[in-house]
Amino acid sequence: MLFKLLIRNAFRHKLRAVLTVFGMAVAILAFGMLRTLVDAWYVGVSAAAANRLVVRNAISLTFFLPIAYAEKIKAVDGVAAVSHMTWFGGIYIDRKNFFANFAVEARTFPDLYPEYTLTEAEREAFVKDRKGCVVGRGLAERFGWGIGDTVTLQGTIFAGNWTFVVRGIYQGRDPNTDENQFFFHWDHLNERLAARYPRRANYVGIFLILIDDPDSAPIVAGRVDVLFKNSLAETLTETERAFQLGFVAMSEAILMAIRLVSLIIIAIIMAVVANTMIMSVRERMNEFAVLKTLGFGSGRLAGLILGEACVICAAGGALGIAATYPLLRLLSGYIGNIFPVLDVSPLTLKLAVAAVAAVAIVGAAFPIRRVISVKIVDALGRVA
Amino acid sequence: MKLLFAYSFRNMLARRLTTVLTAGGMALVVFAFAAIVMLAEGIETTLVDSGSYANVVIIRKSANSEVQSGVGRREAAIVESQPEIAFGADGLPLVAKEMVVLINLRKRGSNSTSNVTIRGVSEASLTLRPQVRMLAGRMPRSGSAEIIVGRSIAERFQNAGLNETLTFARSTWTVVGIFDAGRTGFSSEIWGDANQFQQAFRRPAYSSVILRLQDPEGFAALKTRIESDPRLSLEAKREVAYYREQSEVMAKFLRILGTSLSIIFSIGAVVGAMITMYAAVANRTSEIGTLRAVGFQRSAILTAFLVESLLLGLAGGAGGLLLASGLQFFSVSTTNFQTFAELAFQFQLSPAIVLEGILFALLMGLAGGLLPAFRAARMNIVEALRAA
Repeated sequence: MLFKLLIRNAFRHKLRAVLTVFGMAVAILAFGMLRTLVDAWYVGVSAAAANRLVVRNAISLTFFLPIAYAEKIKAVDGVAAVSHMTWFGGIYIDRKNFFANFAVEARTFPDLYPEYTLTEAEREAFVKDRKGCVVGRGLAERFGWGIGDTVTLQGTIFAGNWTFVVRGIYQGRDPNTDENQFFFHWDHLNERLAARYPRRANYVGIFLILIDDPDSAPIVAGRVDVLFKNSLAETLTETERAFQLGFVAMSEAILMAIRLVSLIIIAIIMAVVANTMIMSVRERMNEFAVLKTLGFGSGRLAGLILGEACVICAAGGALGIAATYPLLRLLSGYIGNIFPVLDVSPLTLKLAVAAVAAVAIVGAAFPIRRVISVKIVDALGRVA
Repeated sequence: MKLLFAYSFRNMLARRLTTVLTAGGMALVVFAFAAIVMLAEGIETTLVDSGSYANVVIIRKSANSEVQSGVGRREAAIVESQPEIAFGADGLPLVAKEMVVLINLRKRGSNSTSNVTIRGVSEASLTLRPQVRMLAGRMPRSGSAEIIVGRSIAERFQNAGLNETLTFARSTWTVVGIFDAGRTGFSSEIWGDANQFQQAFRRPAYSSVILRLQDPEGFAALKTRIESDPRLSLEAKREVAYYREQSEVMAKFLRILGTSLSIIFSIGAVVGAMITMYAAVANRTSEIGTLRAVGFQRSAILTAFLVESLLLGLAGGAGGLLLASGLQFFSVSTTNFQTFAELAFQFQLSPAIVLEGILFALLMGLAGGLLPAFRAARMNIVEALRAA
């Protein structure tokens, strides 16, 4: 009965109610999208495995490590397997076609990254072909590559044109696995470097370590770093998670800006809902005066107004949240190469619901104050 | 007409809270728009101001930045002997062979690490960058493990203050000076002796050669000669163009983000304006009837309500820009995706942003007011008068 009254009141002025609900839906939609975009930045962090360590040059990532370190690291207590990868930074036809491409150690790499699933035949074909490469499913779909196709990358860090043959297309094991990467043989890179720039040969970007026991990560990392202390290339070993977090931290300022902006849209819609509620109550001041005369207390009146605000906000919020999912699917078609994983997290949902509640409360607060403080005589005599 | 304008203005004052809330919503949209675009503008000005028109940067072909580039000593010597190079007051050619690398340093406060640009410079480097002024301390002595740091680095990174020491590349470096390069990328760099850095980082090559042209228009000839020389695999760029390229990705990303966000956000504010304007029309039905009865044309009524909603937009736009202009006092630092290095810059308000912000706000006012204004203009006189 009461609920019916709230809905009737909320939609008494149809156009206004519909507009407000629509505005609310857009705001919650935008809020959800922005939060998801920020989450997408952290996808590398959430996909990080607890039993993988990353070894890099202590100076910075732009400095390399000698390949000879691999054997020494393998001998460290607690290390199960070692592999390595080198950021290649190649361009496919045009800078706009950006995707991550790495030179890797073909035999050991699949052991360290079981989440990039390849068939046995593909794996074998890749290992056998020095000019072979393995690409993610997303990437293959984007450029229409199939097994056996040749792909040429233009080097930026390693000058020249580099041609590869697609030998495998990997699929992500988990929903947050990045399917937009490109891997090829480090041996191929190294051969050409050795011939042209011998000084740059036999170096790799980072080493990847698989450890037996995830709890021993700090101990193993310490052992590795001590091993190379005071050498020509000192190392810094950290968990894959910490390594990925380091990347995210680099764009901290931008993430902060997006987070703040996602609050602004909530503030905007607060102003709109407050305006709607003020108008709605202003027009009905006479009715509220009558209710007051009949003996309705402040609490009851406040409840009526708040309830009305809740009906409008909840309707808009529900619409907004419902629209988030299809829109994200649509969007991932366009920005999937930069943000491979776009999923609404439970936290985003909770925050969206909290935002809806906050908007309803703040929106109702203005008119409630007015209704409670107004004198019955004034309210009855008032013309809207 | 003047009467109508006053009528619109007085109407806004009559329901102050509604006016404030509606304009406030639009102000927030303009604020969000301006804030993000000001970031993009800040990055652009910072990097573009880093370059001089008469300077040329020479890096390895197809390298995106100095960090990725490598110029061998022999190649550098060939470049040094080009005839277009200007001479300094001391009679020596204005050409600097520099080495640029990135190192990880910890930030003050948050303790998180970031990539900082280290530039190994030579004698002419300072003359080539007139923006660089020493703030405190002195220049490093050549052949010693001394460095000078840009102001943004001294402020933001641990152990980077004057007389403090930084440890990297197996050496300890003393900060003997702090320099200011205004709003340019150099303020986010650490400078030291190129030869010292080459030894410490074990890189027997330079990253780039910077030179001043005698005649800025001699660039084309120099570029052709360098790029067609079979002994060189180098590329020559004007310094301004080089730095503009470095800001492209970030600035474009922020501009697109800012514009698309504000378009989505503006839907909320337009809805708010529509609600307000429909209410304004509904509340004044009998007034509209009276105005029409005394001879005001439909077009006049339409204009009156449009002016009112445009005024709302204008108020919102002005409010939002005022709020945003306060951001100019803040500086931000982030990693430039393109160079992979930390860059400090300020929110920068430009006349173009002000204009865009105001236009955007007026557009929101127009979008919100158009339908209600048409409704007001189409009202039947008799019915409108009866509604009272």
